[in-house]
Amino acid sequence: MPAGTLYRGREGMWSWVAHRVTGVLIFFFLFVHVLDTALVRVSPEAYDKVVATYKTPIVALLEYGLVAAILFHALNGLRVIAVDFWSKGPRYQKQMFWTVMGVWIVLMAGAIYPVLGHAYRVLFGS
Amino acid sequence: MSTTETPASGVGPVEGAPVYTVDTPAPLIEAPRKRTKKSPRSTRGNFELAAWLFMRLSGIVLVVLVIGHLLIQLVLDGGVSKVGFAFVAGRWASPFWQVWDLLMLWLAMLHGANGLRTIINDYAERPASRLWLKALLYTATVFTILLGTLVIFTFDPNIR
Repeated sequence: MPAGTLYRGREGMWSWVAHRVTGVLIFFFLFVHVLDTALVRVSPEAYDKVVATYKTPIVALLEYGLVAAILFHALNGLRVIAVDFWSKGPRYQKQMFWTVMGVWIVLMAGAIYPVLGHAYRVLFGS
Repeated sequence: MSTTETPASGVGPVEGAPVYTVDTPAPLIEAPRKRTKKSPRSTRGNFELAAWLFMRLSGIVLVVLVIGHLLIQLVLDGGVSKVGFAFVAGRWASPFWQVWDLLMLWLAMLHGANGLRTIINDYAERPASRLWLKALLYTATVFTILLGTLVIFTFDPNIR
């Protein structure tokens, strides 16, 4: 039986896809974030009211997702720069991708308590 | 012994160089797209090169600015629970954080807008779709940058 011929992508292609998807998500959040921050020019109450939604458990989970997207985009962006400007970058792009994933997992584990701790206390008491 | 010969074949003389020399016994053939004095001046600028470079340079600065921002807003000192009008007023009392946020706003918006421009160029095929998507993108980008800049510069801690 012949091996499958469908190209399923490797580290290079999937990191490119993830870089696009996270970039678009971050950009859309940025629009909303500038708009909600602009409420400080309306009144302290209006701003505090919208920030209160950022402190609810569901939005806290979205914030954790935002941190995940930003950290991946930042780390993989540094990898792209290394591929473009470092003479040995293209040769080590695969190793650099897995380094990015390793650092990303460590940082995401470290972000669990600071980002989600507040939501945990709201849901399950202190 | 002469260093040049008249070519018997159809190889014409290359601008400024004899066809055969001792060092180049084979006929010298000009590179197909070589810029010479005769070629017209390029009408294209280097916008795409500048945009490519901007993505990398702004990216490095944004890694520092945005991760610092996340640490302050979501991680340190109780995470998101301490954020409110008073917290914003406290930070924007310092020109350092005003400049930090202003730089982050401009770089992130331009970096994101250029990223979306690339994506529109890649996936929107009909000229009309490309035009309208880019018009929407540029309008939203200019609006958001101006609004954010205005808010940082006109912030009033004693608004009420």
